[in-house]
Order: sequence, then structure tokens, then C-alpha cells
Amino acid sequence: MDYSQFLAMKQEIGLLILFLIVFFYDAFAPRKVQKYLPGLTAILMTVLTVVGCVWMFTGESFTSAFNGMYETSTVIDAIKNILNIGVIIVLIQSVKWANGELMIMRRGEFYMLLLVTLFGMYLMISARHFLLFVIGLESASLPLAAMVALDKNRYESHEAAVKYILTACFSSAVFMMGLSFIYGLTGSLYFEDIYMSLAGQGLSVMMVLAMAFVLAGVGFKLSLVPFHLWTADVYQGAPTSVTSYLSVISKGATAFALLCILVQAFGCVYSQVWEWMLYALIILTITIGNLFAIRQRNMKRFLAFSSVSQAGYIMLGIIACNTMGAAAMMYYIFVYIFSNLAAFGVIGAIENATGRVSMDEYSGLSKSNPRLAFTMMLAMFSLAGIPPFAGFFSKFFIFTSAINQGSIAIYVLVLIALINTIISLYYYLLVVKAMYISDKPAVIDRFNSTPGERLGMIITVAGIILLGLASPVYNWLLETTDMSPILNMFMLQ
Amino acid sequence: MEIKAIFYLLPALVMFCAGVYGFITRRNMIAMLISLELMLNAVDINFAVFNRFLFPGALEGMFFTLFAIAIAAAETALAIAILINIFRSVKNIDVRDLNEMKF
Repeated sequence: MDYSQFLAMKQEIGLLILFLIVFFYDAFAPRKVQKYLPGLTAILMTVLTVVGCVWMFTGESFTSAFNGMYETSTVIDAIKNILNIGVIIVLIQSVKWANGELMIMRRGEFYMLLLVTLFGMYLMISARHFLLFVIGLESASLPLAAMVALDKNRYESHEAAVKYILTACFSSAVFMMGLSFIYGLTGSLYFEDIYMSLAGQGLSVMMVLAMAFVLAGVGFKLSLVPFHLWTADVYQGAPTSVTSYLSVISKGATAFALLCILVQAFGCVYSQVWEWMLYALIILTITIGNLFAIRQRNMKRFLAFSSVSQAGYIMLGIIACNTMGAAAMMYYIFVYIFSNLAAFGVIGAIENATGRVSMDEYSGLSKSNPRLAFTMMLAMFSLAGIPPFAGFFSKFFIFTSAINQGSIAIYVLVLIALINTIISLYYYLLVVKAMYISDKPAVIDRFNSTPGERLGMIITVAGIILLGLASPVYNWLLETTDMSPILNMFMLQ
Repeated sequence: MEIKAIFYLLPALVMFCAGVYGFITRRNMIAMLISLELMLNAVDINFAVFNRFLFPGALEGMFFTLFAIAIAAAETALAIAILINIFRSVKNIDVRDLNEMKF
């Protein structure tokens, strides 16, 4: 065996080294310096991201290892770096919480579990063999259950963890059942071999069943609509830092991995099988997510349903099935990281300082804490897609890419998505209304947020505004996906 | 007498469906975990049978089974740990008691 092929996994090895540093620091560093662990992790993660960006621009554009089981390219490096940036923001925002009274004994565990899940997501994105994919999926979702249960003194945290672990196990069982059918049909678990084999044989009932199982399994992780029931409870019960991680990073990674599976392994049955499956899923996800978001009063539940409907928009980039769709989806994830983490940053800051999470208690926030209210307003505008903030452009690009696919059905789908954008405007603006227009006296007193929370908010606000005003990022993504050999090979042009 | 693949696949399918049924109807969380275990084992049987009968040239399915067993063990261990936590706080493992958070 040629051991030099491990060098293809540069990002993973870097992350592994980071994990080991955090592990040994947590285990052996003297008690006095233990409180620097959150800061250290954030700094190391930033270093890894910078190095990752250098690799992305200088490295080879395509490498594969382990007989094609693992592959990496500029596009894959790009999505990994996008996730890294999100993780840095989450780490910065969680410093206060991790150094709090309740977390003092378990601080290291949070960071270790977080890095392990990130490692799993890396594997999921790079895997070109279903065995590696399943290992990545499981190591991305199992430690998350432990992270959800981290708040040991709060009952809701346990309840959320039980709900999460049971649905996660159920979904992975369903997913693997689908895989076993696919294995029975094609005799291989390599994406490429599955593609070839499926192209050779016609449509069969077993094929459709297997696709449905696979989509259902991944749909659970992405909280697409018939499989979204765990989302709100888990988001509400989990500690806010974990919720923000769960809602952006985990979702973004799974979405990109789903794109890779569908295009590279099942690309040849696009119009026969999974186009209409995704079609139904997208309509249900966007609509039901929006309708349920309207009636939520708890901010975390509200953002949970908002993230359900956002997942539907992300899926539009997959159903487009062209390179522009892939670029638009990555850009959407990038922007979504900034806007959602801005909202969660504000919620976390308020929760840490006062313990309040209800939307009614946000009334008059602009008078007592104008900067927090402003950040929240920008986040809501970006999530709703109001120009000139970044959210508008990500929605615009993803709709354009879907339209480019060209069929009448897709036009109808985009129309439905557009109507839903208007519905979503209503509930996003409810928050803004409570904060700015309500004449009730402020419920939350003035307080100072910690440096970490402030830095996180500055980064996210800068991201929301800059990505909206000038966007070389999207152009670069589009260029790279256009040139990427592996995405191009199977995508419809 | 030669045993055909269908005699393995049918029990696997029955196991999977029983697992899904049990997961939905049972209210005791340990019983729900057992149902999950049934589903995961049905997957293992499927892989092993497909490999043995349809594609005996390679061992991909068998290896997947090995890894799937390990993953199932990890899932169960974690789920049991969380259940013990729950039991400590509500003195019960009935899912109907976990209804603090609802719509």
C-alpha cells in the first residue's frame, strides 16, 4: 500500500492535529491556564482555515486517493473552508458559555466533540464510496447528540438529546437499508461504479425504493419536511452554541454531501427518479417550514422552522443539477452561515445575560440595546432576502440557477419558492417590529455583551454587508465549479 | 437442498418492518432501541446476502456489514448513556413523559 496517498487528505490531517492539541491541552494543561482553551481552539481553527485557503489556491485542482474512495478538489476545499469559517464564528461566540459556571468541568468535551463532528463532515463531503460516507455521516451525527445533552442541569437538554439520538439512529437505519438495495442492484458501493451500472440498467421498483430510502435518510439530517419533526425540539433544548452549530455547519455539510451523492452516484436517473422526489420535498419543506415559523414565540424554535424552510431553498441548487446550481448552493451556505450565526449570536448573548428567549420579551430592544437590535435586524433582513444584504443575492443566484435548468415544472417550483419568500418576510419582520416599533417599555435591561460575542457579531455583520455589496466570492465559486472536472462530468449542461 | 437468497431476504425485510412498527408503537425507550437494533441488523443481513449470492467475487458487502455492526454498537452505547441521564432526571423512561417541548 502506498502511504503517501494520505497526503491527499491535507485538510483532515490538519483537523486531526488540531483535535490532538485540544485533547492534550484539556487533559494535561495546568488548571490555571485551562480557561484559555476556547480562545486557543478558535485561534488554531483560524490558522487551519488560512492554511486551508492557501492550499485551495495553490494545490492541485483534483486529487483522489484510496482507489477512488476519497477525493478532493478545489471545489471541495472551498466548501470545507466555508464550513471552517462558520466553525470559527461559532467558537468565538461560545467562549462566554464555555467558561461559564456550569460548563467548567466539561469545557474540553464540547470542543473535542465539535472537532470530531467536523472531521466526520469532511469525510462525508470527500467520500466517493458509500462505506466512507456512512462512517462520516455517523461520526458527524452521533457526537452531536452528546453535544446536545451537554447542558446537564437543564431538563430540556436531555429531552432534546433523546429526540435527536432516536431520530438519528432511525434515519441512519433507513439510509443503510436504501444502500443495501443499491448494493444489491449494482454490486458496488463506489459512486462511479453505481453510476455506470445504473446507466446500463433500466428503471426498476427497487431502484425507486432505494432512492426514496436514501433521500429519507439524508433528509432527516437536513430536516426536510416530512422528516423535520425533531428540529424544533432539538434546537430549543440544546445549548445555544450547539444549536447554532447544528443549524448551519451540519446542515451545510450534509447539503453539499447530498449534492455529491445525487449527482455522482445517481446522476443518470435524475429525470426519472429523484427530480420529482426532490420537487415534492422542496415544496413541502419551504411551505410547511414557513407556515410553522409564523406561530412560534420562542426565538430558538422560530429559527428552527426558519432553518427548515432555508434548507428547502438550499435544495433548489441541487434540483438545478448544473454547475451554476452547485456554485449558487455553496454561496447560499456561505451567506446563510453569516446571517444565521448573527441571529444566534444575538440570541445567545441575550440568553447568557438575562436568560430570556421569548420573542415577546424582545420588544423595545432597540431602546435598551441598540447594537444587538441592529445586528438582529440585519440578520432577519438577510434571511428574508431584502436587498442590498447578502441574503438577497444568495436567493437570487439560487433561483437563477434553478431557472437555467429550463423545464416548465422548475419555473412553477421557483414561483412557489418566490411566494414563500414573501410569506417568510412576514415572520422575519415580526421580530424587527417587536424590537423597533413596539411602544411597550423594554423588557430586557441594558447589558454589555462579552468581547467574544461582540467580535462574533462584528464578523457576521461585516459578512452580511460585504457579501451583499461586492461579491468576488460568487464569481470565483462559479468559475471553479465550471472548471471542476468531476462536477462537470456528470452534470447536465 | 440449496437455500435460495429469498429465504434470507424475506426474514430481513420482516425484521426491518417489525423494527419500524416497534419504533412507532412502543412507548418504552429501551424497547424503541431494541426496534432500532432490529432495523440495523436487517440491513446487515441484506448486505451479507447480496454479497454472498449476487456478487461473490468481492467482499464489499461483508466489509460494510462489519462496519455497520460497529456503528450500531456506537449508536446504542450513546443512546443508553442519554437514557440513563433521562432516567436520573424524570425517574422514568416512557417517551410520553418527555413532552415539555411541543409545538
